[in-house]
Amino acid sequence: MVDFEKPELRETPVVPSIKPGVMSHLASHVAKPKIQEPLGYPGELVDNWEQAAVDKLGELKGKYRSLQVFLDSCVFCGACTDKCHYFLGSADPKNMPVARQELLRSVYRRYYTLPGKWFPKLVGARDMNREVLDEWYSYFYQCSECRRCAVFCPLGIDTAEIAMAAREIMDSVGRGQKYSNEVIGKVFKFGNNLGLAVRAVADTLASLEEDVEEETGVKVRFPLDEEGAEVLLMAPSADFFAEPHVDGLIGYGKVFHQAGISWTFSSHAAEGGNFGLFIGSYDNMRRVAVRVREAALDLGVKRIVFGECGHAWRVAYSFLNTLAGPFDFLDPRYPVPQHICEVTYDLMKRGVLKFDKSQNDHMVLTFHDSCNVARASGMGDLADGQFTIPREIIKATCNHFVEMSPSTIRGATFCCGAGGGTLTDELMEIRTRGAVPRMGALQHVTDKHGVTHMVSICAICKSQFSKIMPYFDFDAEMSMGVHQLVSNAIILDKRD
Amino acid sequence: MAIEVEGKSFETDEEGYLLNLNDWIPGIADAMAKEDDLDLSEEHWEIINFLREYYEEYQIAPAVRVLTKAVGKRMGKDKGNSKYLYSLFPYGPGKQACRFAGLPKPTGCI
Repeated sequence: MVDFEKPELRETPVVPSIKPGVMSHLASHVAKPKIQEPLGYPGELVDNWEQAAVDKLGELKGKYRSLQVFLDSCVFCGACTDKCHYFLGSADPKNMPVARQELLRSVYRRYYTLPGKWFPKLVGARDMNREVLDEWYSYFYQCSECRRCAVFCPLGIDTAEIAMAAREIMDSVGRGQKYSNEVIGKVFKFGNNLGLAVRAVADTLASLEEDVEEETGVKVRFPLDEEGAEVLLMAPSADFFAEPHVDGLIGYGKVFHQAGISWTFSSHAAEGGNFGLFIGSYDNMRRVAVRVREAALDLGVKRIVFGECGHAWRVAYSFLNTLAGPFDFLDPRYPVPQHICEVTYDLMKRGVLKFDKSQNDHMVLTFHDSCNVARASGMGDLADGQFTIPREIIKATCNHFVEMSPSTIRGATFCCGAGGGTLTDELMEIRTRGAVPRMGALQHVTDKHGVTHMVSICAICKSQFSKIMPYFDFDAEMSMGVHQLVSNAIILDKRD
Repeated sequence: MAIEVEGKSFETDEEGYLLNLNDWIPGIADAMAKEDDLDLSEEHWEIINFLREYYEEYQIAPAVRVLTKAVGKRMGKDKGNSKYLYSLFPYGPGKQACRFAGLPKPTGCI
């Protein structure tokens, strides 16, 4: 566990006095050539990488109009400064969103604006050099791309998009992050982030069928590569592997069983997640997304449903059609794609699912909105459905639910502290510090309302909370998924 | 990085995981445990051996639930849970036990 002065937990965070440079020592492990190359990136820093980086910035700002606008439009008003969980938890001023943007903007100014070309010192323009690169590598991987700052920016500047551009520039000149890039490479090789071979997935699913039957007396199936199934389920591979995630996966299976919907996982695409988003790589994001299309066509499914994975849902909801569409071969009566919460909510509303809420009576629950779901997607045909639908499911499956402070939920939710490619051990210090605002809000409801568990719909959030909660004297098992509640409470019919 | 065992040097990655699984000898687990202030008991070895067997068959570490189930079957039902595994391997069965067993670190959204 990391060692830093434990901050006082408050219902809403207190803005700290700045401590310049306090996080400058932290950097992710750098990807080796064998991790870089399968993604189409140079293995090591290329010759003349400084110019190559500047050229790449020019290319990206030409390709993405948003980037050009974000680089030009900041008026340094400071509204974003105290909105980032990493700044609030670390006090390092370079973790203020405006300062994080400035790391890239100062280089942009040097090469792409007249004052920067003529009077660089006067306008704070910087040459692209080794020192700048190292600073980018440290601080652009201390951003979880959660976009909370963008909510409060009067001009709507999205720091996540700037971080993604910086990461793409670094990758293109040969400086990549081991964690994200290794995960993407595993998708290309194995079809999932974890690198699970088909036989391991099959073995795990068979073992789950056995467990659920033993526990409930009902034969709930967890099918793999079943041609002609109605639904292709895209869950994060953590759902096969980790706890508490697997309990949510059991919940998905029970929902489909009870509704009589045939479904399957695909070994070709046994992964909802898409880390291509995190590194700002359109090409890699597309390569990962195309696997979903291929799996859906191969298996002849009619619907695609995504499991509890925050960024997977962002990519699916916002980009899947342009990345890998058209999906005109799917059943047009259903949204393409659908979230598992939408499926469960719809079945619940139609009376297909019945719950015994008392099965969750031993818990008092609260809900953590995951950043990508909250700020980059929607659900159902309701305005704000991404907030309402998971909550309606929770309320239908338990008797004790309370909300955390309004300034820490829904669109203003605080990141878990490990999104966007930061869920790796060497970043544990910033992950723990970044969790401070969420832990403060949680502490308040545990003290005031006796909350025992915090529910989320994202594999990264669940893992992060299980890991960092003990540091704040919470039990690791307080972190759970929405479909884990569903799994506990659903009333199952026996059928063959 | 590298770890010295029985007069030989074994290459590891930046997080201390053995680079070549085939290099593994039991002394490596003992040496890594010593660095973590642990003494390996028979129970530790039961887990390490299971991890290696599973890896040989499936080329990946077992899912947590698969591991706890197997431990429950082999060592008694009261031991088939994460709490017991964490009591043996405080940094987690997936990460610490895998490292001792010479397996690559499982990474992803976990």
